[in-house]
Amino acid sequence: MKQSSNKFRHLVWPLVSLALLLLFNAIFTDNFFKVEIKKMDSAQESVRDQIPEIPDELPGTAVEAAAKAEAEIQAPAEQPTAAQVPAEQAPAQKSKGVSIFGYYLYGTPIDILNQGAKVMVLAIGMTLVIATGGIDISVGAVMAIAGAIAALLISMLDAGSFPGASMGPAFYWIIPVIAALILATLAGFWNGMLVAGFGIQPMVATLVLMVAGRGVAQLITDGQIITFTNPGLVFLCNGHALFLPFSVWIVVAMYVVFGLLTRKTAFGLFIESVGNNERASRYAGIEARRIKWLTYVICGFCAGVAGLLAASNIKCADSNNAGLNLELDAILATVIGGTSMAGGRFFLSGSLVGAILIQTLTTTMYMKNVSPAIVAVPKAMVVIIVCLLQSPVFRAKVLSIFASKAAKGGVQ
Amino acid sequence: MKQFKFPMRYVPISATILVFFIVYLIGIICFDNFGSPKVFMNLFLNYAYLGIAVIGTALVILTGGIDLSVGSVIAFTSILIAKMINTGCNALAAIALALVIGILFGMLQGWLIHSFSLPPFLVTLAGMFFIRGCGFIVSEESLSIQNDPVFSFIQDNLTITLSKGLHLRFIVMLYVAVLIIAVIFSQRTRAGRSIYAIGDNELAATLMGIPVGRTKIMTYTIAGFCSALAGVVYAIYLKAGNPLNCVGLEMDAIAAVVIGGTLLTGGVGYVFGSLFGVLVLGLIQTLIQFNGHINSWWTRIIVGLLVLAFIFMQNLITKISKSKSKSH
Repeated sequence: MKQSSNKFRHLVWPLVSLALLLLFNAIFTDNFFKVEIKKMDSAQESVRDQIPEIPDELPGTAVEAAAKAEAEIQAPAEQPTAAQVPAEQAPAQKSKGVSIFGYYLYGTPIDILNQGAKVMVLAIGMTLVIATGGIDISVGAVMAIAGAIAALLISMLDAGSFPGASMGPAFYWIIPVIAALILATLAGFWNGMLVAGFGIQPMVATLVLMVAGRGVAQLITDGQIITFTNPGLVFLCNGHALFLPFSVWIVVAMYVVFGLLTRKTAFGLFIESVGNNERASRYAGIEARRIKWLTYVICGFCAGVAGLLAASNIKCADSNNAGLNLELDAILATVIGGTSMAGGRFFLSGSLVGAILIQTLTTTMYMKNVSPAIVAVPKAMVVIIVCLLQSPVFRAKVLSIFASKAAKGGVQ
Repeated sequence: MKQFKFPMRYVPISATILVFFIVYLIGIICFDNFGSPKVFMNLFLNYAYLGIAVIGTALVILTGGIDLSVGSVIAFTSILIAKMINTGCNALAAIALALVIGILFGMLQGWLIHSFSLPPFLVTLAGMFFIRGCGFIVSEESLSIQNDPVFSFIQDNLTITLSKGLHLRFIVMLYVAVLIIAVIFSQRTRAGRSIYAIGDNELAATLMGIPVGRTKIMTYTIAGFCSALAGVVYAIYLKAGNPLNCVGLEMDAIAAVVIGGTLLTGGVGYVFGSLFGVLVLGLIQTLIQFNGHINSWWTRIIVGLLVLAFIFMQNLITKISKSKSKSH
């Protein structure tokens, strides 16, 4: 029991912050936790009367339960999807006898998950990179590249000027998706080559792609904003499956894959080892270079997925603004989740909670009529506070203040 | 040891100057009038604000840190000045207030970084979000500065006409003055040498008795001041303020520092090199403007490649001189 509490200690602060934020919303925002079930295919008939009003606390606990379920995936014996799904479906089961397909949940918490999906996906890759002591600030640009190539290919396919167009729009959307993921993975490979292959500082090496990446994306789209209507591509971030937005399932799938990869194989251990002391790991026989390289490739892949989500969400590829500043959000999510910037320890679940926290904060601000531009101010303050709480120096200073007061009290 | 390293230290900055002259030569060969003094002067005029900001970034990078809040501080300062002038405040008071806020902001960042040993990257990242948001609180729309006595005085009376059609504007003179002060500061003063010492090896600097904390906080304060001053220059240059200005400028600043021959691990490089870093960035932009057909996004790609080339060169130099072992 004690062991498990240690295991989840890193999740305490982010979860407490998230809980406080949700509490704030529960009190001050009307209908924040109201989750409705809607019928798919935009059927006009409302199904609201069939579904009982969901009490306010339930979805709140559902969100937390989901977060906890995510945390439990790290515990070896848990079955991740099994733990995840009941928690998410809990509100849905109240609607007796509704078919699983054809209905979806609708409400602010669901919207937070959907909008936060991009940062969550990015944070998964970023966590692994940061765990090796590196950083990848090019993910936003890679997102723009992925979105650009996907939009370009889909427009070419729609025009029938690309091999595979004969498959028909219901199937050929897979080509741009695969192309975007390959290109993004290549971008990650390039970053890894600079960092692991040539030994360049990670921040600097990824700066190159960050500066040049948006230029590349602009060249791909020829400076235009390419819009698309292909149902398959649009489905990625706007579609629903099994009650939830499809993007959430993408996040779950990626979390399960990378969670298993890092906790069920030695890969995670190698990452932490490289992050702790690269030279020592090399002497211990770990291919430190290859491990680092691989984390950047994974990060590139994640950025590609996030780029597809971003493009799908707005049904177009905007090379200027896709993923703008999202690298920062991803890093913040990772740090809030308890992953050390110095490398050596990482928590995928923490990063996901961090991403949800950031998105919840953003959505809360929007609901309070705060201008999107000003949202950055409280976000920055939350970041500094969370960082301070995690900083050992700050803790020691605060503790010493309390200790000295206690000592004085004792003397008197 | 020092005599062995001495020539190596000059290689990056020589390469920067070489790149500058090559790009300039390409421009002169390809386009008529590229070599005219006016083009050269405009280079300074258009990039004076970036140059001033880069000086602060260069000092911070010399300590081994990083400052990502540059662009946001410029935007905040310019919109604050525009807003205050538009509400009838004296322009000089507005400028003074903006500079004080910049100094305090830099000091706060430095304090957080040093006192709680938070990563500079994160603190200045949060600072970047924070100060840009503050800019939007001041005003969400761009404001122009019209008919202000101070601004028109700067425009009319503080411009030296060198020859017909060739003016030496106030902000260019300001940039050159700040650059000279910064070069003297970094090379000739005790605090300046401390910056190099900390960037080279913080632990060794501490053991030598150098006031590491004070120097670091001072450097971030200077960087905050430089960014705020850059914002003032930007407001004078555009006669307007916009909270959306200079998004991503911090990356240009870092790129200019790298192209200027400063090692991003800190401790190696010259503030003077940042001048050529900025000029190279400006030249590439001007070349693409002269051409008129190329997608302007090639600027970003070329800058990215240049940064890459300089990083490779620096890595090579570091390996040859074996000055540092990258244990982490």
